[in-house]
Formats: sequence, C-alpha cells, structure tokens
Amino acid sequence: MLKLIQIEAFFVEIGELTNFARRFFKELIKKPFEFNEFLKQCYNVGNRSFLLVGITAFIIGLVITLQTRPTLEEFGAESWMPSMVSISIVREIGPVIIALTFAGRIASGIGAELGSMRVTEQIDAMEVSGTNPFNFLVVTRVLATTFMLPILVIIGDGIALYGSYLVENLKGDVSFPLYFTKVFNALRFGDIIPATLKTYFFGFAIGLVGCFKGYHCDKGTVGVGLAANSAVVFSSMLLFIIDFIAVFVTDIFFEI
Amino acid sequence: MTLTQNIQERKALNFKKPIIEIKNLKKAFGNHIVLNGFNLLLFEGENLVIMGKSGSGKSVMIKCLVGLMEPDSGSVKIMDKDIATLDQVDLDELRTEIGFLFQGSALYDSMTVRENLEFPLRRHKHKFGKITDAKQLVTEVLESVGLAHTIDLMPAELSGGMQRRIALARALILKPKIILYDEPTSGLDPITAKEIIELMRRVQQQYKTSSLIITHDVDCARVVSERMILLIDGINYAEGTFDVLKKSKDAKVKAFFK
Repeated sequence: MLKLIQIEAFFVEIGELTNFARRFFKELIKKPFEFNEFLKQCYNVGNRSFLLVGITAFIIGLVITLQTRPTLEEFGAESWMPSMVSISIVREIGPVIIALTFAGRIASGIGAELGSMRVTEQIDAMEVSGTNPFNFLVVTRVLATTFMLPILVIIGDGIALYGSYLVENLKGDVSFPLYFTKVFNALRFGDIIPATLKTYFFGFAIGLVGCFKGYHCDKGTVGVGLAANSAVVFSSMLLFIIDFIAVFVTDIFFEI
Repeated sequence: MTLTQNIQERKALNFKKPIIEIKNLKKAFGNHIVLNGFNLLLFEGENLVIMGKSGSGKSVMIKCLVGLMEPDSGSVKIMDKDIATLDQVDLDELRTEIGFLFQGSALYDSMTVRENLEFPLRRHKHKFGKITDAKQLVTEVLESVGLAHTIDLMPAELSGGMQRRIALARALILKPKIILYDEPTSGLDPITAKEIIELMRRVQQQYKTSSLIITHDVDCARVVSERMILLIDGINYAEGTFDVLKKSKDAKVKAFFK
C-alpha cells in the first residue's frame, strides 16, 4: 500500500514538474526579460562551480589514465591512450560527472535559496509588489544553468585531458603537442556535438528541478533542507534518464 | 450590524467611499474551515484593525485580499475592481496601489537596503518616470522611517525593529493608497513595538493612506485603530471602535481585552 502511494506521489511530482517546465517556456517569452539578474546568475552559477568542476575533472583525467595504462601496456597499445581517453571523456565521462558535480553544487543551492525565500515570504513580497517572481527568480536561474553547464563541461574536458597528459608525460615521455595532436585526430564532430548538446539539457534539468523544489517548498525550515536535498537527488536521477535518451538518439543519427 | 446596514449608515453619514470591499469570503483547507463568510469594508483614509487569535484566519484573509491565495467563494473588490476578474497585468498594476508589510518583514536578503527599495521602483518605471529619480525617492522614504544611514547595509546587518521599518519603507516606496500590515509588532520587544506603532501613525498622516492592520496586539489596536473587526469562528464576529468593543459583555469579545 505504502509503495503504491509512493509511486503515485512520484508520478504526481513528474506531472507538476512538467507543468512547471511549461510555465517556464510561457514566462520566457514574456516581457520584461530580467537581463541583469540573468548575468548575475550566470556569474554565480559559473563562479561557484568552477573550482569544484576543475578539481573533479583534473582527477578524472589522472585516474582514468592511471587505471587504463597497465591494460594498454599489456597489449603494447599505449599509443592509443590519448584517443581512448579523449573519446571517453568528451563523449560520456566528462559531461556526466561534471553535470553530477554541478547538480550537487547548484541544484541544492538553488533549492535552498528559493526555499528559504518561500518560507520567509520573500517570493510573496515580490508578487505583492507587482513583480513576477517566476520571471525574476526561475527564468533567470534556469537559463543561467542551461548556458553555463556546457561552458563548464568544455573547460572541464580540457582540464581532464590535461590531467591525462600529465600522467602520460610522466610515465611515457609523451610531449604536449604530440598528446593533443592525437587527441584532436581521434575526436570527430560526432563525438563533440551530441555530447555538447546534451549538456544543455543537463543544465536545463538541473536548474528546473532546483527551482521547482525551492519554489514549491513548504513546512518551514525543515522544508528548505528537504528542498535542497531532493533537488540533488531528483536532478541526478533525471541526468541519467536524459543521458540514456541522448545516447539512444545519437546512436540513431551518428551511428556510434 | 449587517454589511448592508453598515454601508447605508456610512453613506448616510457622508463617509468616504469604500476602498476595499470583501463579501462573504470563504476558505477551507480540507475539512478545516478558516473563513466562513467574512465581510469587510475599508473606507478611504481609515485605519481598520482586524483582531483575532492565532490561527483564526487573519493571514489567510489578507492573502486572499491581495490575490496570493484563491478563496473558495466570495468576492474581493479593491478600488472598485474585483480581483478575481483581473488578468495578471491589471492585477500587478493594482498591486502597485497596495503596500504590504509582512509579518517577518520579508526583505530580500541577497540585496542591500537600497536594492530592496529600488526593486519595485525599477519594475514600475512608468509610475515614476525616469529611474534616475530612484535615489531621491529611496532617500526620502528611508528618512521618513528614520533609517537613511542604513542604505548600503544588508538586511542581515539590521535588528528586527530596523528590518520592520525598512520593510515599511519598501511598502511605501510606490506611494500606495492602501497599506496592509500583517502583525506589524509581532516578535518585537515592547519598546520597539511602540516605535513601530508610532511610525505607523506618522506614515498614515504623512502619506494619507488607508490602512488595514492585522494584529493580536491590544496596545497596537488601541493606538492605531479608528474601527475594529474581531475575526472569530471565520466571521466578523464583532465590529466597532476600540472603546465600544472593550465594553462589550460578550464573553468571546471580552477575552481579547483581558
């Protein structure tokens, strides 16, 4: 019985999130567009995640190379290392891991921020002053995450590849130009474009879920904690669903 | 006294016209009935106090009044406009005529005092012309609440009483015709509460506003009210001046003045 109620609650939530997304697109075309707030949010979102994304990406690059190297050495295929690492990072590991890190940092932040604004009646105060709080708070934040995540992923991919190069340079004496020539030779548009496009969807999902949880927060300060927590859980789960769909569609159009 | 009698009596006395008119407002949450046919008339330039104990539906009523909550039935008219029939643009326009002082001040905590006050101004430029005038307006309204020196501070750097005064300044910045106060003295020490009450009186005289004050603070009601409504069991149970209600023999009314 309890499980049935939980399943029902899950689908109700999906429905509410869909409605929230529909409202986002409706409000997006409404004037005025809060451009200054959008820029401020882009700075907040990008700046707040940059260090975390950079460190995570660097470690991913190091670890993948360190762990793969012995196997490739066994087959005498170390020269394939840049191609293998670049394709795996650019296509899948980079976008997904960076998006997950971003979700942990940003979705929870947005959920908590909007949640506390809701419980302290700041959102009501905006509405009563004749301002559209959805336009000011939600549209700007969702757009900021949508546009900033792809940039962070591109930078993160670069840092991860640099980490990989450092391992190759220390263990295999590979020069910087040689390593990155091999990387760019291995990568095709079919690897870069779908991987970049899906990060826009990741960013959109993270911003939307964070805003949704915060905007509909209740139950006082306990609700703020719940909003932040469930924003991360829900957006992380959504990322994998979007990733699966993206890989599925890419498979049809680009024949991996 | 029924609502119709009330209107007729006011008209007979050549009193100013009603600026807010609530008729038969009903709101329930599940099986719990909060408002069960509440009626209210606020006349131009009047200070009306709504008193009720905690959980009696005062905040629900005020939220229905400004369109933050949808009533189950009944009508709310502000300046002759039925808010249920207004589209979002017209409702936002009407809201610029209403200042709202929230119970917890509700200052935007990511903005400075100046930004808090400029926020509604920037979104209603048409009402005040060029935004270059904003600085003057902000200074003027901050001076009227005696806090001009806090202009560049963050809300977290202010005391509870100061936050309440800044919130009042923000409510005043659009030069509203009506001000709604939701528990203006709650959570404040008695001295600060008196300062806020005094400020409310001064603001009313300076800006010539009509005020609807929701409170359970008897001192506040005594000082600021011209007329009072007691909200009990979801209806306007008793109505009159402070002195008249204080002398009432009804047990439920007497309980407020003990």
